[in-house]
Amino acid sequence: MYLADRGPTPDTTSADAPQGRAGRAAQPGRATRAISGTVFALGTVSLITDISSEMVTAVLPLYVVAGLGLSPLGFGLLDGVYNGVSGLVRLFGGHLADRGRRHKAVAVIGYGLSALCKPLLLVAHTLPMIGAVLALDRTGKGIRTAPRDALISLATSPETRGRAFGVHRAMDTGGALLGPLLAFLVLGMAVDGYDAVFTVSFCVAALGVLVLLLFVPGGRSPATPADPRTAGTPTGPAGPASGSPPVTVRSAVALLRRPEIRRLAVCAGLLGLTTVSDAFVYLMLQHRLGIADRWFPLLPLGTAAAFLLLALPLGMLADRVGRRRVFLAGHLALFLAYGLLLAPLHGEALPFVVLALHGTFYAATDGVLPAAAAGAVPAELRASGLALIGTGQALARLCCSIAFGAAWTAIGDRAALGFAMAGLAVCAGWAAYALRGPETL
Amino acid sequence: MTPRARLVTLLAAVALLGSIAVVSVLHAAERAGERDRAQPGGPPIASGVVTLDAGGQMIFRNMAWGPHRDELVSVAAADPGGARTAAPIRCLRFYAAAGTGLCLRKVDGAVGESYFASVLDSRLRTLRDYPIAGIPSRARVAPSGHLVAWTVFVGGDSYAGSDFSTRTSIVDTRTWTLTASLEAYGIVKDGRPYHAADANFWGVTFADDGHFYATLATKGQTYLVRGDVTARTLTTLRPNVECPSLSPDGTHLVFKKRVPGLSPDEPWRLYELDLRTMREAPLAEARSVDDQVVWADGRTVMYALPGDFGANLWSVPADGAGAPRRVADAALNPAFVG
Repeated sequence: MYLADRGPTPDTTSADAPQGRAGRAAQPGRATRAISGTVFALGTVSLITDISSEMVTAVLPLYVVAGLGLSPLGFGLLDGVYNGVSGLVRLFGGHLADRGRRHKAVAVIGYGLSALCKPLLLVAHTLPMIGAVLALDRTGKGIRTAPRDALISLATSPETRGRAFGVHRAMDTGGALLGPLLAFLVLGMAVDGYDAVFTVSFCVAALGVLVLLLFVPGGRSPATPADPRTAGTPTGPAGPASGSPPVTVRSAVALLRRPEIRRLAVCAGLLGLTTVSDAFVYLMLQHRLGIADRWFPLLPLGTAAAFLLLALPLGMLADRVGRRRVFLAGHLALFLAYGLLLAPLHGEALPFVVLALHGTFYAATDGVLPAAAAGAVPAELRASGLALIGTGQALARLCCSIAFGAAWTAIGDRAALGFAMAGLAVCAGWAAYALRGPETL
Repeated sequence: MTPRARLVTLLAAVALLGSIAVVSVLHAAERAGERDRAQPGGPPIASGVVTLDAGGQMIFRNMAWGPHRDELVSVAAADPGGARTAAPIRCLRFYAAAGTGLCLRKVDGAVGESYFASVLDSRLRTLRDYPIAGIPSRARVAPSGHLVAWTVFVGGDSYAGSDFSTRTSIVDTRTWTLTASLEAYGIVKDGRPYHAADANFWGVTFADDGHFYATLATKGQTYLVRGDVTARTLTTLRPNVECPSLSPDGTHLVFKKRVPGLSPDEPWRLYELDLRTMREAPLAEARSVDDQVVWADGRTVMYALPGDFGANLWSVPADGAGAPRRVADAALNPAFVG
């Protein structure tokens, strides 16, 4: 049952056992226990960093066209293929973090790299240069994601992980919503002040790195005693003493031999294959419901708002009823959103309902998947394991977006979405079957 | 580190980073103010009346610093570098023909900026405003003044992507019918109907009230398309043509061509295409030009290249002979009227 705990130290199983389903039911007080300071610190780092990065994202088109006078007609600043590369970077970051348990150090490198990209934007005046800076920025994001999620999971008791990831994702999304506001505030004070936007963005990003350095416990023992499993392992606060096998590429790959991890990875991947990328959802919404052009840029905000509001409640729900269940239910929300896009319905409320469902999908999956995965991955390979599952999902989504684009061309948008919807139903059905039974915390 | 030491470090950093941020914003604000002061050596500019039917005039966006920055100005077409007369209307992109003007302009709002395409009469009064969902790029008016078209950039959404897409709209000013996006037209590629989610259009140039040329991009390749307004179709003619501009007699196109082997920073060269023979030839301009050229007369095209104050206007013969010549500083988007 506790597959993850058939790991190196037998004592962890016994440490974990009282916190199984039955154990939790007997201790309702645990569900309301406060989120650890580390999670709030990491949430704050993400909030600040997202303000910084979304500031840049919001003004970049304007900067390129109006500020630099370039015309990126038909020019992808960041090639879609790079999303695949950044997935591989995430694997690398996860593995690097697990080696010697340097989660915080690797996260600092990732956040720091992205922060350093902001001043680089001040000197990058051509499209290829700007594209290179964005790729570097994305590399930083790839590096930091797995160690950060590992830190969240290691700083949280297993039964409140959904809630911890919910808090983190809500703070992250809040930052993403604030960033554009700050950027346009700066541009309002200084006409054409793109350099000021980038400078402020850098200052904000630097602050994020500093909060990470100051307020997230690090060193070689990122885990707090809140996680009984890590507390019990020799690589925990007791230091990297004896007993634990060294973290190697082979041991990271061997994670896939664990049935529970393999099942989760396969399910996340399959569902990722049927997750149509956001841009297509917004395009369909516009085409189907005839949304005016000027509202188009606001559509992602609708998704983000729902994500922000629901990340914590759904994370807590996941702790209570099971993360896989909420993860699957999130895909039901996506399925309904697809259905509404295909249904011959019209109405004022429809775009709001579709965006609310789309945001619900993210709230029920984005933080819940790592929360579900963390229980299946032993602490010493936590970052590698989370990266493995996250990267699989990201690469699957990339494949889906390429295939969906091709299908759109070949058979039209409605038929393409119909196939995606059917695929989603099949994959979700299979995932529900594969992920049945009790889950490891 | 004690909690107290951490807090002190954080506050010190907030103070330092906050100061840097504030100074950078103030500096940018001051520089923005500086642009409202005229620079010595610039062209003389005076407020006055600008109309779209006065004889022998070139009207364009003035980019010279000073109180008239970004306003529409007129000069004598025979002396484009001479004294400028400024009208109190600011446009990011502009074009005009037969007494109809098209001004793509920015309106500052509480959160962010919004953009409008304004159709102007010959006295530069706004007849209609159309909200547009992106950053203005190209503006064109049909020779008759009946049809107008514009292209805007729509930025990629959030973290997910940084790809730009374009949206090209056409308005018939006789009926005020708006085609919000050329994506509503049917595409005929290599003789067959073609559908693609990634189809982007830009750079319309009108032949008459029923036909135009434009650029279609799909799957990383650009095409010259011929548009039929009545049939609402776009037919591909040949690859690698961007921002075409049709000669007054309707027989030649000058366009920017992505020439293989050039630096990705400067990928385009101006080419001329004879529509009767479908033969193309390079113009004498050796630099990369990122503009939709304007025909100054039947033999010369004008285009913008980056300059000290945004852009300068250059001209070059359309037949591949001669040499480029700088005709006006701090100027963009010329239109020849009258």
